[in-house]
Amino acid sequence: MAKTLYDKVWQAHIIDQIGEDSLIYIDRHLIHEVTSPQAFAGLNEKGRKVRRPDRTVGTMDHSISTRSLAIDACGPANALQLQTLAKNCEEHGIQLFPVGHQKQGIVHVMGPELGLIQPGMTVVCGDSHTATHGAFGALAFGIGTSQVEHVLATQTLKQSRAKSMLINVNGKLPVGITAKDIILAIIGKIGHAGATGHVIEYAGEAIRGLSMEERMTVCNMSIEAGAKAGLVAPDEKTFAYLEGREYAPKGQDWEDAVAYWKTLYTEEGATFDTVVELEAADIAPQVTWGTNPGQVIGVNTPVPAPEDFSDPIEKESAVKALEYMGLKPGEKLADIAVNHVFIGSCTNGRIEDMRAAAQIAKRGKVADSVTAIVVPGSGNVKRQAEAEGLDKIFIDAGFEWRLPGCSMCLGMNDDKLVAGDRCASTSNRNFEGRQGRGARTHLVSPAMAAAAAITGRFADVRDYQE
Amino acid sequence: MSEQGFTQHTGIAAPLDQANVDTDQIIPKQFLTGVTRAGYGKHLFHDWRYLDLEEKEPNPAFALNKPEHKGASLLLARENFGCGSSREHAPWALADFGFKTVIATSFADIFYGNCINNQLVPVALSSEQMDALFAAVKTDPATKITVDLPAQTVSFNDTSFSFDIAEHHKNNLIKGLDAIGQTLELTSAIEAFEDKQPAWL
Repeated sequence: MAKTLYDKVWQAHIIDQIGEDSLIYIDRHLIHEVTSPQAFAGLNEKGRKVRRPDRTVGTMDHSISTRSLAIDACGPANALQLQTLAKNCEEHGIQLFPVGHQKQGIVHVMGPELGLIQPGMTVVCGDSHTATHGAFGALAFGIGTSQVEHVLATQTLKQSRAKSMLINVNGKLPVGITAKDIILAIIGKIGHAGATGHVIEYAGEAIRGLSMEERMTVCNMSIEAGAKAGLVAPDEKTFAYLEGREYAPKGQDWEDAVAYWKTLYTEEGATFDTVVELEAADIAPQVTWGTNPGQVIGVNTPVPAPEDFSDPIEKESAVKALEYMGLKPGEKLADIAVNHVFIGSCTNGRIEDMRAAAQIAKRGKVADSVTAIVVPGSGNVKRQAEAEGLDKIFIDAGFEWRLPGCSMCLGMNDDKLVAGDRCASTSNRNFEGRQGRGARTHLVSPAMAAAAAITGRFADVRDYQE
Repeated sequence: MSEQGFTQHTGIAAPLDQANVDTDQIIPKQFLTGVTRAGYGKHLFHDWRYLDLEEKEPNPAFALNKPEHKGASLLLARENFGCGSSREHAPWALADFGFKTVIATSFADIFYGNCINNQLVPVALSSEQMDALFAAVKTDPATKITVDLPAQTVSFNDTSFSFDIAEHHKNNLIKGLDAIGQTLELTSAIEAFEDKQPAWL
């Protein structure tokens, strides 16, 4: 029977069958300060060891300041969490990239950038945006802390096979439309829980045309459609991205690896449980209007009314969302003022995102009414951006240029909003209170966020194209 | 992981009648800086439950604060409960508050798995069955609801609904097994798998 990419990666990692579950091997385990301390505590209580410290890599990202390298810059609780990670990594012989290290960064930015993520791997992290790494054709998914402990102790997980979903994005992507717009349009189409229980494979001409960083943006938000993971089949772009990276195979190993990676694709005639088709030409720059990522519209579409939804649950959700967001049906996004802009996160904190935002930033100044911050996703992204002079473009335009971290995506540090703030954000979740209690988040692409910073309201980035 | 088993539980329910309750709502980010599993219950549903940041002023309109739902040990919710962040702090907070089970129309995948690993029993019922439960609790908040895991039933008044749960999830919840201990018994199979892995990994 013809196999899907997911079939191939899944089957290659089955150690044993335990009832309805498979025990699968985990090739790479990424850890950070927020979801690991209780896992290490559990190990220590039972006197258990980390089975494969060499397959485990840690970084500090969620709880750190983006203004200071001091470990206690965000208070004693954050400091204790960071120190606990450092202590646990030291005790168990795990490589850690702490605050201030060149290779430190958001776990889903620094991992790929170091070559830690390769096609066909299984990758887990105590973080739902682990789906990012599916861009390499790796089966990557977020896990809870009990599972982090399980992986630390055994390098395995008990898992049930998920259903499969193919999402084809057909045709060429129009000018001014980005990977962020693709994934938001997908979530808008299938809904915030549309892929629950599924592993998605993204395919089609528009997906094949994306760079590795853009594919990471798409896969990153698979969880926002409810999916367990998102995959893109590896190709020459994948191999070119990986070649020469620190943790990528070298010499004969590289040749052997590439030969294997080339077998990782969905075979002709393989079937999926669900198939979704989108036309790239139909995708406009996307802006979320509600409080879940499925509540999204094109920038020139009026804010919907609850009556526009036939499903009673969506209707009820729309009523609540409009109230929380302080929006009225029929309002134009171009009339909605923002007072904050956040450019960064594991969705859009990579060098290409910095470049896309800088392209727009250099065309104007941040509006007086707006506070705009740019947070590179890693030390390497920061250094590269500075080498290209992007930091100067941002600073000259009135943006703040910060240190790498998760920052205002979730506000575990001091980068948070207050009630009534309205933010154009390149992050991944517009949930109530996500960026601060009572704050209103609109998810957009980096270029759209930069345009919002300059105009002080939502603007169609296609009007800024040269 | 807890090693206490769950078989049957009877209690009153708190109704949270909305879809897409995400884990950021269940336990907001400012409470994720802990390094232990304990003490999250007091911050459960912080933004909805309290009118102030210091948690001194309960929001009287929120279900968990209503006197008739005081002591609730079952939580009722709707579609896609526990979506969003993978934070296990969410089931820790629910369990620490005193919930033994969450009954909802559907659950997000990671949250569901986290519940299984924390002896918090996730029960999925149909939309119509949830309507009936919400209606019963609305009519009489003191309605006793029983979740019987071995029998896979939710019973209240004269009604009983059966629910689906994977056999291995059910067994783990009932027996409260040490999942890591079980897997460690398979160490030789894990070693054999590792021996066959290619050199570049």
